[in-house]
Amino acid sequence: MTKSAKEYNLQNYFIYLLALSSGFCIMGVELLAGRILAPFFGSSVHIWGSIITVFMLSLSLGYLLGGKLSTRSASLQHFGVIFIVAALMLLPIANMSPWLMEIIFLAIEDARYGSLAASMALFFIPTIFLGMLSPYAVRLLVKSSHESGQVAGKLYFVSTLGSALGTIMTSFYLVLWFNINQIIYSFCSLLACLGVFAVLLSKSKLRNKIAASHA
Amino acid sequence: MHKSVSSYALLIMICAISVFMSTTGYAQVVHNEKSLYRNILVEDEGDLRCLKFNVRSSKTQQSCYFKSQPQTLVFNYTKLLMSGLLFNPEPKRVLIVGLGGGTMSNALTQLFPKAKIDNIEIDEAVIKVARRYFSFVENNNIRTLNQDGRIFIKRALLKKQSYDWIILDAFNGDYIPEHLLTKEFLQETKQLLSDNGILTANTFSLSQLYAHESATYKAVFGDFYQVMHQKNSNRIILATKRNTNFNRINSTQINHLQSKLKPYNVDIKQVFSKITYTKNNQDWPENTRILTDQFSPANLLNSH
Repeated sequence: MTKSAKEYNLQNYFIYLLALSSGFCIMGVELLAGRILAPFFGSSVHIWGSIITVFMLSLSLGYLLGGKLSTRSASLQHFGVIFIVAALMLLPIANMSPWLMEIIFLAIEDARYGSLAASMALFFIPTIFLGMLSPYAVRLLVKSSHESGQVAGKLYFVSTLGSALGTIMTSFYLVLWFNINQIIYSFCSLLACLGVFAVLLSKSKLRNKIAASHA
Repeated sequence: MHKSVSSYALLIMICAISVFMSTTGYAQVVHNEKSLYRNILVEDEGDLRCLKFNVRSSKTQQSCYFKSQPQTLVFNYTKLLMSGLLFNPEPKRVLIVGLGGGTMSNALTQLFPKAKIDNIEIDEAVIKVARRYFSFVENNNIRTLNQDGRIFIKRALLKKQSYDWIILDAFNGDYIPEHLLTKEFLQETKQLLSDNGILTANTFSLSQLYAHESATYKAVFGDFYQVMHQKNSNRIILATKRNTNFNRINSTQINHLQSKLKPYNVDIKQVFSKITYTKNNQDWPENTRILTDQFSPANLLNSH
């Protein structure tokens, strides 16, 4: 195997790892959402109705936007930036949720619409960014049209596997060991670190390329 | 040949036993319903009618009463809950979180016809069953709200309401609403108590949760009283807004209460003798992590 093919392979593994992590964080946050909302909106069934509705809605929009964005000079660097933005958008869940929920609790008497509004306020935007990652990753991985289905399949496999891991880890262990905010901050750091790493990696590759072309 | 005869005999025996079981009729199911939250079963066993959640075993009984003597309290934990009256003998406003069959509300409205009682129940199907099968009484003084307990308490605080007695009976053993065990929730509940108000909570005495729950109550209320019932692992926590001096409860008071509660099959003297104070015998480690809205894995802790 040539050096560049090896590098290319490594980069692909890294992109799959990123997809796994985003799947992990999406479901981790969704699971915590029930606990975050409960003090203000209870634990009736409609809580989960609100949360799942908002997550599905924002993921669907995220897929649409991520696909659209990938048509304009897609690069690992931009991919990394989406991770960093997603991480920043998750931060308010930890540091702004009590007063945001209090405002909504006071404004809306019906706990159903209250929980829906609170889910929108807290989870809609970060989940859009997390949803953008999958179609964007497909764009980065696909090199020819005949392998596109296989790549998309692998990507769904990896990111959904990540979601399964995020669900079981959060509900079985993380909530038993840590505070909700500690878990959210960990997700943020994980996504941000991976994003920064992706940006650095793509920059160093660019530099190598320029150096190679000058030689 | 011999083998098949004996297996036939076994089969016939099994049939006979099952027919016998069903006709001598253990419990008879009067009502069976899947609600949004659980399976609800109403069973009659002779004069005794019971409300059960989820499985057909005695462990999950929520509320029972004798159809011929609706006054009598059947469960030990409901009897233990009456210990709240030792601290506040004349409650005027009572809040019950977790309706069950409504037996507690019924008993209290007979004891204190003028008291205002608010029953909060998350499951609408449970309210219907209480009305239909457990002669649950409602009138101008008794309200029933289909709501999550935490939300009701938050809204009641906003309306500047208060209660002399708050009865927390929302844990059915299978699944615990984790937001009703946290420090923040107990602080809200404490705020909702009147100056002489008392909180009685029906909870657990087994599993790891015991220590965490105790530490959380102590963090909010200071030292508290409790009564245990070892046989079915219930415990009742008694916590007051102001540190009420338990020793001030005198024998006249107890005797008065004893005769008042007699028709309900409650021996308050016996209950009184079982009450312990955590100041003298704290039976959980000092460094136990308290439950908060940020950390409340109550169901996970309860399974250990």
